[in-house]
Amino acid sequence: MTDQLRPDPGRMDYLDGNVLAGPLRDVFAVDLTTATGRCAACGQTGPMAALRVYSNAPGVVARCPNCEEVMLRLVRTPTSAWLDLRGATFMQIPMPAEPTMMPGPTAM
Amino acid sequence: MGIVSPGFQGRRRPTGPNLPPGQYLTEDFPVLSAGPTPRVSLTDWEFVITTETGAELRWSWDEMWALPTETPTVDIHCVTHWSKLGTNWQGVSLDTLLDGVDTAADYALVHSYGGYTTNLPLDDLRDGQAWVVHQYDGADLPAEHGGPARLLVPHLYFWKSAKWVRGIRLGLTDEPGFWETAGYHDYGDPWREQRYQGD
Repeated sequence: MTDQLRPDPGRMDYLDGNVLAGPLRDVFAVDLTTATGRCAACGQTGPMAALRVYSNAPGVVARCPNCEEVMLRLVRTPTSAWLDLRGATFMQIPMPAEPTMMPGPTAM
Repeated sequence: MGIVSPGFQGRRRPTGPNLPPGQYLTEDFPVLSAGPTPRVSLTDWEFVITTETGAELRWSWDEMWALPTETPTVDIHCVTHWSKLGTNWQGVSLDTLLDGVDTAADYALVHSYGGYTTNLPLDDLRDGQAWVVHQYDGADLPAEHGGPARLLVPHLYFWKSAKWVRGIRLGLTDEPGFWETAGYHDYGDPWREQRYQGD
């Protein structure tokens, strides 16, 4: 099918993934644009901030910059947010080291 | 405006008696898109109806426009709140395309070049309610509005009128499409303001 699809050459009809910071902050406590994601369609791994975001739509659609498949959809209704991440195999989110969970020696 | 808030902001005007609840009138024709605009050559273009048994009926571009066409003038209503009244189209009625199709299906899943899908009951494609259109306002349908051909189902919210339409799969069960799996209403009647699931 791809041989029949020729996107407009040089046309920037999308925003970069940094615009996801605000809306995703409403859902997650961390800024997910600093996360790394893997495209479930083509396997490319890269920063969420590099996704191509289409927002002149009934929701936000973020596509892989390599294969243009959908990696993330986010719809905000009056009462909830619908997040679909099925197009991302994983998201690797930078986190500080956890405090040690090992209990220290205790006197018996 | 947060980018998540659905609501393409055209020139806002007061609502009127011809408008469904929650809609405002626009004279523009806003372009909404969930992805890059596919460019489909007319020599490669095809339209396919697939029945629940897997039988396929195919039309090339030339075959499609050799069929009788109609020129519906209809009001269109986008779920992002704009409505446009008295729009003029030219296309082939789904009644013509479905004539002679042997099916017991109750549901249709429309699919497009570029991967978009949307679902609706098969009955909503019949009885003069839906067309495959290739002209708007007397000119070829621009790609940003779904050209070379799009579906037109004006009695439902406009996301059901799939741009760049490629075919329809008929089924015995309802299969939600692109926006219907992301919180939007399965049916989408603008007069009942069925925007989101649960409306």
